[in-house]
Amino acid sequence: MAHVELTSHLYQFFPTLEGQKIVVDGASVREVVDALEALAPGFAFYVCDERGRVRQHVNIFIESERIQDRGTLTDAVRPDSRVFILQALSGG
Amino acid sequence: MSQRILVGTRKGTFFVEKVNGRWKPRLAGHIGAGVNFVARDPNTRTLWAALGHGHWGAKLSSSRDDGATWKDAPQIRYPEGARHFLPPPPSETGEGEGAPTIKDATLLKLWCMNFGGDGRIWVGTIPGGLFMSEDGGATFELNRALWNHESRGGDLFSGDGTGTTRWYGTPAAEGEFAPGLHSIEIDPRDPRRIWVAISTAGVFETRDGGESWEVRNQGLVMEYAPNPEDTWAGHDPHAIALCPGQPDHLWQQNHCGVFYSENGAASWKKVSSPGDGVHFGFPVAVDPKDGRTAWLVPGKSDAQRVTVDGSLFVARTTDGGESWTALRKGLPAELAYDVVYRHAFHNAGDTLAFGSTTGNLYVSEDRGESWEGVAHHLPPVYSVRFG
Repeated sequence: MAHVELTSHLYQFFPTLEGQKIVVDGASVREVVDALEALAPGFAFYVCDERGRVRQHVNIFIESERIQDRGTLTDAVRPDSRVFILQALSGG
Repeated sequence: MSQRILVGTRKGTFFVEKVNGRWKPRLAGHIGAGVNFVARDPNTRTLWAALGHGHWGAKLSSSRDDGATWKDAPQIRYPEGARHFLPPPPSETGEGEGAPTIKDATLLKLWCMNFGGDGRIWVGTIPGGLFMSEDGGATFELNRALWNHESRGGDLFSGDGTGTTRWYGTPAAEGEFAPGLHSIEIDPRDPRRIWVAISTAGVFETRDGGESWEVRNQGLVMEYAPNPEDTWAGHDPHAIALCPGQPDHLWQQNHCGVFYSENGAASWKKVSSPGDGVHFGFPVAVDPKDGRTAWLVPGKSDAQRVTVDGSLFVARTTDGGESWTALRKGLPAELAYDVVYRHAFHNAGDTLAFGSTTGNLYVSEDRGESWEGVAHHLPPVYSVRFG
């Protein structure tokens, strides 16, 4: 079960997730995003575009490592991994 | 009849309502989000907002309780297989370098909406898409006839098309250089007849509800192109607007002048008057009944994009652009550098309203003769619509 931490910005759009301990099944980042979509319909299109790629200004980390595969999200998630979904700061 | 102005800004949606004889603005939702366009569907009374969240992408939001609450609408997505030619971006020498590349289309921006008398909802997007809903906004489909238009490079769903494109880009494309569909005008007499305008491609018309499209750039000029009167390529209408009572009368401003058509865009006539400061700008408002009457907020050339001599004024014609009158009462005469974007000027009856990049919102209730500033500290204004 992956433990997911979200930037607080996303609670503005998905208030039902706020304050929850988000724990989902998923052996890859794709499966984690799919699980979050099931939990909060519409979530995946905030994080990824319609081709399934991570949006340019979004970052996903597993523990402290930024994921490698932003196109198809195949990075492996271990059962106890913490997955962070954050906005990518571009400066300013 | 009570009037309300829907205002989309860089940082949220605002309503401006007449309360006890005074126009009063208030925040109406989406605080912090870019709101490219807000409009009311007259068929269902639903309010729609086209949002740009930056990090999180473009999203449609709607309200079925007149703005009390908003929620994400079913979202617009480019279908699997939707590809487009991406022109080479301009280089420092002004020329694009290299051949166009083919790119999978993803939604960059929701830019405008309009509503047909047949209940259809139309949405203009970047990259250069026109989406339509026949079920009140529950689902949207890409209009493939326009997407696959020969001028754009043909059908890239089934092959590699013609190998080239006459559609260029707009810097409004959220970080890319892709074409943008910013105007959708629907004939009130026949909702199957629609004109759209695209930066940078030009004006297109359908008479069969979007099954086929014809280019409508005859008479426009491109002073920035080797063949300024080429009807295919590279035109950059900033916005088009039609007269609801005389829908064959259409107007536009662009880089190279003000243009007017009285034959359904079959041809355009240049009606600028640089001596009156009327040449460059973005939006145009057309009288609901008289197609020869229109209002502009002129700017100073595409090289500067500010007010003419720091003085904000509205120009009005009542004779199809043969003469223009500067309307200045109530508007700042000096040190005003407001720019009014393409969707930020609208009218209903004798009332007109426009909002500027510097957060000012002006309203006239006497056809532009005099103006009242009703807000001065809004975020940069993207769109103004009565509804």
